[in-house]
Amino acid sequence: MSQKVLLNAKEVNIILHRLACQLIEKHTDFSNTVLIGLQPRGIYLANRIAKILKEDYNIRQISLGYLDITFYRDDFRRGDKTLAANTTEINFIVEGKNVVFIDDVLYTGRSIRAALTAIQSFGRPNEIELLALIDRRFSRHLPIQPDYMGRQVDVINEEKVKVNWIENDKEDAVYLIEK
Amino acid sequence: MSELSVDHLLGIKYLNKADIELIFNTADHFKEVINRPIKKVPSLRDITIANLFFENSTRTKLSFELAEKRLSADVLNFSSAQSSVKKGETLIDTVNNILSMKVDMVVMRHPSPGAGVFLSKHVKASIINAGDGAHEHPTQALLDSFSIREKLGSVRGKKVVIVGDILHSRVALSNIYALQLQGAEVMVCGPKTLIPKFIDKLGVMVETNLRTALNWCDVANMLRVQNERMDVSYFPSTREYTQQFGVNKVLLDSLDKDIVIMHPGPINRGVEITSDVADSKQSIILDQVQNGVAVRMAVIYLLASKIKQ
Repeated sequence: MSQKVLLNAKEVNIILHRLACQLIEKHTDFSNTVLIGLQPRGIYLANRIAKILKEDYNIRQISLGYLDITFYRDDFRRGDKTLAANTTEINFIVEGKNVVFIDDVLYTGRSIRAALTAIQSFGRPNEIELLALIDRRFSRHLPIQPDYMGRQVDVINEEKVKVNWIENDKEDAVYLIEK
Repeated sequence: MSELSVDHLLGIKYLNKADIELIFNTADHFKEVINRPIKKVPSLRDITIANLFFENSTRTKLSFELAEKRLSADVLNFSSAQSSVKKGETLIDTVNNILSMKVDMVVMRHPSPGAGVFLSKHVKASIINAGDGAHEHPTQALLDSFSIREKLGSVRGKKVVIVGDILHSRVALSNIYALQLQGAEVMVCGPKTLIPKFIDKLGVMVETNLRTALNWCDVANMLRVQNERMDVSYFPSTREYTQQFGVNKVLLDSLDKDIVIMHPGPINRGVEITSDVADSKQSIILDQVQNGVAVRMAVIYLLASKIKQ
């Protein structure tokens, strides 16, 4: 198993600031916008973006939630393992809001499909956008594309993209892992 | 640990501690789901579940049916009162006929102890025991422990007294297994005639004085006197039973501490528990009912995920 650095800490930091600015460009003061981090790995990115918006760009009111898609996945009973759930934490109304889904890696698009179904349980959003740090292009199973994207990469199916966060993995970095 | 060690839920006796923790952690998520504006998830949309009730039930049947529907399973309901069981069909035949309609899971209540175990050996479906005679009622014990965990933070180290008709109670036996597995201390209290002989061999304490029992415990689980299972008189009169083993507000207020009051339902108000106690702040009877749906969703979800395609 060998691994290659796709992005180092400095590059991740630059990209996060760019993504935050792109969000501000579209959503201005975020008064009608909610950020939803997708469990399990998207929440670190969502937390970080929200922190940058608050601290570096003075956006005071950010609605940030976490959505778990386990019960909406389309591969229930198709693998060997039971799918274990994570916490959903959405303490605001999604009805009529502009929702931004935030996930670390966009791969087949199936998680996003599940998230699109899951979010309906919390109301009817005005619109839904997708922000992904890494877009593994040419590997989509569904017609889903990101609205905000950190870096596009070409990765073959046997390889894995791993995003590390300082909160959890001691460093900010993105690796390409060959199995 | 993300998988149950069993393929059926036949009794708490067959579970281990990790299974119970997994069920509770999953139930936490489902409790959040059933408090959403839309209380339904699509996980089990390709699963069909038959609810076979060979004995009367209101709460358990509704709770299972709701749990199944909230998971998007297809549900078949059967009760023996309107069925061919009366015409002499055997249990295996009845169930195999239902399974030939492509049913994946069976939830069964049956008056005979061990009916679930028997069925699991003879039919190809995942079986959930919803009460077998006076033997076990595992989902009730799970939701009872889940409710204690929710109210008191954990079950470990807590003192729980089960009061009333222990002899005819499947809730009592399942609760004893479940509570002990999680490290709680268990006491049973009731008239000597309604306490099974050798129950102390299970490692539970036996007490015949209600006040002593209540002063000892953190949680009191009040059971109903199951008149329908009694072939002889076990106590002189209902009034005398109530005087000795019924909980009223005066008794509750005279204790040294605020204990938690539980009841698996249906309540006989004025017999084992008075109305003011059942409706008091110390009672978590209605929380138990709500938790019942979440816990059953967790059990069904976890068992269904082990059914291979």
